[in-house]
Order: sequence, then C-alpha cells, then structure tokens
Amino acid sequence: MGSITLEHVNKSFGEVEIIPDISLEIKDGEFVVFVGPSGCGKSTLLRLIAGLEDTSSGHIKLDGEDVTGAPPARRGLAMVFQSYALYPHMSVRDNIAFPLKMAKTPQAIIDQKVDYAARTLNLGSYLDRRPRALSGGQRQRVAIGRAIVREPKAFLFDEPLSNLDAALRVNMRLEITELHQQLKTTMIYVTHDQVEAMTMADRIVVLNAGNVEQFGSPLELYKKPANRFVAGFIGSPKMNFVDGPEAEKHKAHAIGVRPEHFTLSTTAGAGQWAGTVNVAEQLGSDTFLHVEVEGLGLMTVRTDGDQTFSHGDKVYLTPDANRIYRFDAAGLAL
Amino acid sequence: MATRQTRTLARTMMAPAVIVLLIWMAVPLGMTIWFSFQNYSLINPMMTGFAGWGNYEYVIGDPSFTQALLNTLLLVGGVLLITVIGGTFLALLLDQPVWGQGILRILVISPFFVMPPVAALIWKNGFMHPGYGMLGHLYEALGLEPVDWFAQYPLFSVIVIVAWQWLPFATLILLTALQSLSEEQREAAEMDGANAVNRFRYIILPHMARAITIVILIQTIFLLGIFAEIRVTTGGGPGYASTNIAFLVFRTGILSNDIGAGSAGGVVAVIIANIVAIFLMRAVGKNLDA
Ligand SMILES: Nc1ncnc2c1ncn2[C@@H]1O[C@H](COP(=O)(O)OP(=O)(O)OP(=O)(O)O)[C@@H](O)[C@H]1O
Ligand SMILES: [Mg+2]
Repeated sequence: MGSITLEHVNKSFGEVEIIPDISLEIKDGEFVVFVGPSGCGKSTLLRLIAGLEDTSSGHIKLDGEDVTGAPPARRGLAMVFQSYALYPHMSVRDNIAFPLKMAKTPQAIIDQKVDYAARTLNLGSYLDRRPRALSGGQRQRVAIGRAIVREPKAFLFDEPLSNLDAALRVNMRLEITELHQQLKTTMIYVTHDQVEAMTMADRIVVLNAGNVEQFGSPLELYKKPANRFVAGFIGSPKMNFVDGPEAEKHKAHAIGVRPEHFTLSTTAGAGQWAGTVNVAEQLGSDTFLHVEVEGLGLMTVRTDGDQTFSHGDKVYLTPDANRIYRFDAAGLAL
Repeated sequence: MATRQTRTLARTMMAPAVIVLLIWMAVPLGMTIWFSFQNYSLINPMMTGFAGWGNYEYVIGDPSFTQALLNTLLLVGGVLLITVIGGTFLALLLDQPVWGQGILRILVISPFFVMPPVAALIWKNGFMHPGYGMLGHLYEALGLEPVDWFAQYPLFSVIVIVAWQWLPFATLILLTALQSLSEEQREAAEMDGANAVNRFRYIILPHMARAITIVILIQTIFLLGIFAEIRVTTGGGPGYASTNIAFLVFRTGILSNDIGAGSAGGVVAVIIANIVAIFLMRAVGKNLDA
C-alpha cells in the first residue's frame, strides 16, 4: 500500500516561497515522474514527501494517514539519492542490510532479504566490496538494493541516473521500470530528462516555479498540453511557437507546431512557409533542420534521415492542420 | 623533477637546510648520549671520567623512574581521553546551527592561544587555589571543605589543565571532519530508520575515525613532553606524584645538578617516545590508509 496525497502543501525557505500551493493525489502502485526546469522545486517537493524538510503549511497523507509532522523514519518510505549516499566504510552487504539492522530484524531474515536484493539487482559478486570499489552503475544498484530490502510503502528517486553515462542510463531506466512492474510499489521519480519522464511514467507532474502545470499520462501531456509551458517542455525537440498575425489567422494569441508535424518540400512554392536551412543536425534515423522562416523566426523541423540538407538550402514548410496547438494571451491551451 | 639536471639542482638547493637540520638534531643528541656515559655532576666536580652504564642504572633503578613513567602514561592517556571524548561532544554541539556561531567557535578555540605557563597559573590561582580560587569559593558557598587540588590530586589537576588547553585543538579538527560528512549520507541514514544515537555510531563516528587518529597522534607527540604546566603548578610533587619523564630529567639534570644522570634520563625519554610512536603508528596508523 502506498497512496500519497498532498493537500495545499506550501514551502518557504525564510522569505522565499519555493512551493506556493500544491495538491496532488498519487495512487497506490503508480509510477509518477516529477519533471520541470532546474530550480523549479522538484527535489524540494520530494524531500517534503520524504520528511527531510518540514512543510510550511498544508498536509501530506500516506494511505490516508496524516504524516505531515512525522519524522522520515516513521513514514516508511525509501529514497535513492542522486549521489547514491552509500556508507563508504561499510561493505555492500552492510549497506543493504543497514535499514534492516536499524529495524532490529533478526539476522537470518536480514541475510535472506539481502540475498534476494543482491539476486534481483545482480550484485552477488560485489557483496563484500566497499562502495569505493564499485562503478557508478553498480553503486546505483546498491542504493536501490538498500531501498528495496525495507519493502517501503513507496520509493522516492531524486535524479538517480544523472551521474551515469548515456548507455548505462538507458539500461538502468529499463531496470527500474522492470523493478516497478515486479514490485508494484508506488514510485516517485524526479528527473529533468523528459525522455526518462515519457518512457517510465504512468503519470507525469510538470512543475514550473513550484506550481503544478499539468498532471497526466505521458501521451496526454504530449497530445493535450494544458498550456504553453507544458507544450514547450514535453516533446523533443521543442515545439515551435508563432505569434502575431500568423497566429491570429487561427484565432489564437500564439500557435505551436511540433517539429514532427511539418510536411517538408524543396519544390519552390510547395508549402505555406518559405525558409532557409540554417543548421542541419543529422542523427541517421532523423534529421533536425533549423530553418529560418521569413517573418516568423527560427523553427525546428524533423524529417527522416534519408535526405541531406546543407546550410542555405531553400525549403517550404506546411504545418499539419490538425496538429496545430492554439494558445490564448495567458498561455492556456484553447 | 624528472630530469637528472633538475634532480641534482633540487638536491643542491635543499642541501643547506638538510645539513643545518641534521647538525641541529644530531649534535645535541650526540652530546646527550656522550654525557650520559660520563660522571658529570656539578656538585661533585672532582668526579669525572667514563661512567659506563652507571648513570642509566642510577636513573632506571630509582623508584622515581617507574613512577614518572606511569605518570607520563596516565597524563598522556588521561588528556587524550578527555580531549577526544570532550572534543567529539563539543564538535557535535558546535555543528548545530545556533545564533552567534562564529563568536562561539572563536571562544571555544581561544584556550589554545594561551601559553602553557599562563594557562597553568590561571588554573593554579584562579580556579584551584583552596584559599582564593573560584572552586574554593564554590565549595565554601556550598558549605564544603575546599579541596587543595595540587596537594590532594596533583596528577589529576595537571591532567585537567593540560586537557583544557588541548580540548580546542581536538574540537577544531573533529568539527572540520564532522562538517565534511555529506548531508545526503546523514539523510539517507535518517530515511533508513537510524535514530540519533545510531546515526552517530554507524555513520558519524566511522567518518571521524581518521580525524580522531590524527588528533591522537599529534597530541601524543606533544603530551609526552609536558613540562611547563608541572613546573608552574606542583613542581612535580608532592614527592614524585606529578613528575613525568620530562620533568624527572629536569629534576635530575638541573635541580640535582647531575648532568650525567640527567642525560641518561633524556636518552631514555627519547627511546620511550619512539616506542610509544611505534605502537601508536601500528595501532592507529591503519586508519590513515583506509
Ligand atoms: N535549504 C534551502 N534554503 C533556501 N533555498 C533553497 C533551499 N533548498 C532549495 N532552495 C531553493 O529552492 C528552489 C528549488 O530547489 P530544488 O532543489 O527543489 O530544485 P530542483 O527542481 O530539484 O532543481 P534541479 O533540477 O536543479 O535539481 C531553488 O531555487 C533553490 O535555490
Ligand atoms: Mg534537484
């Protein structure tokens, strides 16, 4: 069991209000990702849930029980830190066993659980090493092992993969997703990597300056962003925004078109907007073109990787009429 | 310093310093060893010449030597115990966010800046004097008989004074170690259900092990030779109750004017210091590699 409810949670550090007012309901067994730009309060929100920071006002409930004032140990949550926070003077085995030892678990059960965690995470051959003698990915796994042996109500991850290289990150991403499917425990995962967010989450919370901009499934956020911020934040490369007379044609203050929703042509006049290729980023599978469109500014366009472009090429763009996002003056989706 | 030329240059440049240091150390040591085998007493100038092991037999055979050795160990051990435990405790307190932290830290460190004889005098007259010391007044106010500390508990009193002087050093080193513990590790332990005592025992103490080792090593080196505090307060007495090896050398060589026996005591002190150093390095040096 591990449903988490935030009711009008507010957090200020002295004079500075970091989180004005957040209410969220996270269901038992859900994988929820917090994304948002750096400094928007993701870690702070996670630490509030963990109990490592006190709320300034509002309530936090775990399985319906109010834990707002409870110390971290009493909440029964496990946290995996960005820097792993392993205990350097203990062996891997002792690291994983530490929470059990603190809970005064009998040694036989400790051994059994540590072995189980080691098998689940492929840590068997490192159990007697010190964390110092492990690679980044192995350390990360030990940190996760330390979290799972406690059988917590929920896991909290704070950017756990940001210190790993790209290939390992993809691997660990899959491992964590698999772990979630296996354990079916609630997980809250903080990241600023929107690929992680999109691929792992059941639901995503998009945060901006301490406010929830939108809370929904990955595809919901992609297809029906609630406002301009979410539209710009979810999706890679970023959505292109156009305002002024061109947007007024669509009866909106601004319109947005995703790079993948353009039809591209090199035939003169065969498109709504004419432009010049500024930079072409060729990834093999796709090509991202940065096109300077006359009167509208720079736009990113995604095409397949078969065609080659170079600086100065003339191209003609037609946005997909059904996939134009419209926003009002306040930035809300229309 | 890779090429032969730079290596030669480095040696040449360093040579004067090394030679001066060597002479500085070797000549007095050589002279002490030489005197320790001579009959050399200022009271009895007629008695001269080679003494063989006589001086050594005289120094080591004397019951005062055994007592001085024991006193030295008690002094070093007692001060280490007080400063390491007290320093850890103070460091834990000073690490808490309190108002006026900066001034508080300076206050805690200040005893270290007081010269040993001055510190000893302050304690002798300001605190421990049965007639006009603060402790005496306190005892009187409570209706108790004032304690004549230096007569009744001479070695203990010296230990207290020396510990007071070295407590800031230990606190400072341990506080620095404490502050280098990553916040995330503390938080992780907190999430793992460790209460304050367990956090201290399993996370903080192992983290400070290295700093504690350094405190013990450095302090031992200085504490073996404690002299001024004894000279100013008890004068090594009553009897030999607060005489350590260093003070015994002074008593024999200077007070009794027996340069030969004093030198023998000095050589023995050097040997003892080395033995202690070897044991210490064995026992705690491991921590430094970790
Ligand atoms: N202890 C603190 N005292 C004062 N301000 C703080 C404190 N901790 C965090 N902040 C501020 O709160 C804001 C949110 O910080 P937080 O760490 O939650 O950001 P984040 O979303 O996790 O960013 P990142 O993606 O860079 O980790 C920042 O502006 C930060 O400066
Ligand atoms: Mg953060």
